[in-house]
Amino acid sequence: MPSFFTNHTSSPGGRARRRAVLSGIGLLAAAALTAGCSTGGGGGATGGEYAAAPKDLKAEITYGVWDQAQVAAIDANIEAFNEVYPDITVNVNVTPWASYWSKLQTQASSDTLPDLFWLNGPNFQVYAANGKIEPITGAVKAGDIDPKNYPEALNELYSLEDTQYGVPKDFDTVGVWVNTALFEQAGVALPADDWTWDDFDTAAQTISTNLKDQGVYGAAGGMDGQTTYYNTILQAGGEVINADQTESEYDSPEAQEGLQFWTDLIANGSSPNMQQLTDTPADQWFTSGKVAMYWGGSWLRPLVGESDVAATTQAFPLPIGKEQATVIHGVSNVVASASKNKQAAQALQVFLASEEAQQQQGDLGAVIPAFNGTQQSFVDSYPTMNLQVFLDALDYAKPLPVSENTAAWNALEVELLPDAFSGDKPVSDVAKEIAEQMNAALAKK
Amino acid sequence: MTRTPSAPLSSSRAARRGAARGDGAWPWAFVLPLLTGIGVFFIWPMIQTAYYSFTEWGVFGGTTFTGVENYVRLFADPRLYASLGNTLIYTAVVLLGIPIAVYLASLLNLPGLRFASFYRVLFFLPYVAMPTAVAIVWRIIFNGDFGILNYTLSLVGIDGPYWISTPGTAMFAVAIVGLWSSLGFSMIILASGLKNIAPELYEAAELDGATRWRQFRSITVPLLTPSIFFVTIITVISSFQLFDLLYAILGSTNPVLPKSMSLVYFFYDQGFVQNDKGYASAIAIVIFLIIGLVTLLQFRLQKRWVNHD
Repeated sequence: MPSFFTNHTSSPGGRARRRAVLSGIGLLAAAALTAGCSTGGGGGATGGEYAAAPKDLKAEITYGVWDQAQVAAIDANIEAFNEVYPDITVNVNVTPWASYWSKLQTQASSDTLPDLFWLNGPNFQVYAANGKIEPITGAVKAGDIDPKNYPEALNELYSLEDTQYGVPKDFDTVGVWVNTALFEQAGVALPADDWTWDDFDTAAQTISTNLKDQGVYGAAGGMDGQTTYYNTILQAGGEVINADQTESEYDSPEAQEGLQFWTDLIANGSSPNMQQLTDTPADQWFTSGKVAMYWGGSWLRPLVGESDVAATTQAFPLPIGKEQATVIHGVSNVVASASKNKQAAQALQVFLASEEAQQQQGDLGAVIPAFNGTQQSFVDSYPTMNLQVFLDALDYAKPLPVSENTAAWNALEVELLPDAFSGDKPVSDVAKEIAEQMNAALAKK
Repeated sequence: MTRTPSAPLSSSRAARRGAARGDGAWPWAFVLPLLTGIGVFFIWPMIQTAYYSFTEWGVFGGTTFTGVENYVRLFADPRLYASLGNTLIYTAVVLLGIPIAVYLASLLNLPGLRFASFYRVLFFLPYVAMPTAVAIVWRIIFNGDFGILNYTLSLVGIDGPYWISTPGTAMFAVAIVGLWSSLGFSMIILASGLKNIAPELYEAAELDGATRWRQFRSITVPLLTPSIFFVTIITVISSFQLFDLLYAILGSTNPVLPKSMSLVYFFYDQGFVQNDKGYASAIAIVIFLIIGLVTLLQFRLQKRWVNHD
């Protein structure tokens, strides 16, 4: 997705991240910390006061989003919302992904954030820690939002110090998109659902060898952590960042094993090399029928569906390393704490979190809605593709690695990892270097 | 950002005379709207940027004064010198476009050339096309596996590189596009300069038996030097502001990007990706000073080669 050819719809296309939240800290301590931990600028989180809005509440609010492709579904949501609250006018502000975050940053600095807006994992903590967004505690206490309705990993992603701020709107998990026609041509049997790293390697190598004269590769390495190396690091039993998000885990043997997976794939010719993947991103290799197996998110569905390989594509779970794992990420709706119409914004937040609104999202949108039980329409959208894989992945999904300053170390990954994948430097050296610099960035906060 | 709107060429003498005589408030009333615009959108932000370069920003605003710390950090940052080097390579390649533009403009100016305006439009099109659209097309042309450039090279037995994903060639690839898209602008300026050369000079030269090439060398080029000088100034300034082409051609996740940053990209990365706005302000000031210095130098050197009659 980081390519500018593809217009990634659903979430954060390649750059979403997160990291677990310490469930160990006691509630009391957490309450104290929430107020104390904000750096510079903003104040601490406000209490999360909440009172259900009266039906005749009169207000005009803005809803900030980045995906034009989802506006149809959002409009339908708002129409349904207005049946309950006829006097609340909602203006939807669409800002393209490329400028969404710098705009949000500016708005937050001048306390002019949209009343309700989309937030992703990598950017969540900095807004929460600086008191820019409102906790959902009040709505949860009042029984208007029940976190149990959404995947646990996503609630975790949008919690800081045991306080939840965002209501999950949709989610995405990662699987292997497989071009079955290429498997057939190469004479390789389709994988089983419980395949392992070895099965994957063997299939990739055999296809690359057998179909070399057509310029076809078995698999594609990748520079996108969310769809590639974060998953293998987790599968090798490692972590990208430790549980309290203070230290890098890149130099652990498990993380190095997870990175080595991709280096080997390129080194033995199963995947196009780094330069080929820069010129033509991996998802394009796949959709043009030149790569048989592509590790990609559920958000690839519309892209695959419109491509020439749609008819022969099937989704498989990620192969199992030491354990089975995939990264999960999703967008959430948050209320700005400086909103002048907080009650109206919260009313919309609650409504968008409802089963009714989520079902509408699923039927019309390009995403998997977060509300448990509303996801079937995603699976049904392409019955031949076995999209159930992405829902089943919830059982072993782990939240995207993030911290308060995710951008700082994401930049390090982009800068340093290519040398490891291309084989220019040993994986262990690169892993050590990232860990060092990442630790320095984390210490600065 | 690589485009700079053409600045006023020279303050005309008439205007200067008027101001000197002091016609009261009226002239000021007329320029006030413009001055206000410049003040609000250029001068004031410049002063602010200068101030912010001495501060450190909190995540959401709120500045702490840190003195020259940003500058100390910046001058010790290898990325500053790397991006300066890349910018210089880009500028050098794009400057090569000026002799080409001079030659093409003089060809287009030949008396009796058919379809002259059609050719002019053709050369100017790349300049008005959106840089991002241009970049996408060139990105496809440069594609190492499926691009038309490497395909053409392969026909004559050359194995082309991965243009935009090899550290050494990426900046040249971007510069070639920069050269190509700035040709049209240079040619328009030069063409207007050519119109000012008296046709009698060419007639006289022809009577003396001078060849076309000789006429080009001895009449066209010397008398065109003021226009060439102007084009050079503009080209250098806009080259130092290289951002959009680089961003769009290489892509923001290209692994060679850290090694192929331009100065302005470095600024963007620090200010808007890393959100280190104080540091980015310092970079902006340094870029401003470098451009000022280079322009000053060019004005000094012009006495040696620009023909003032």
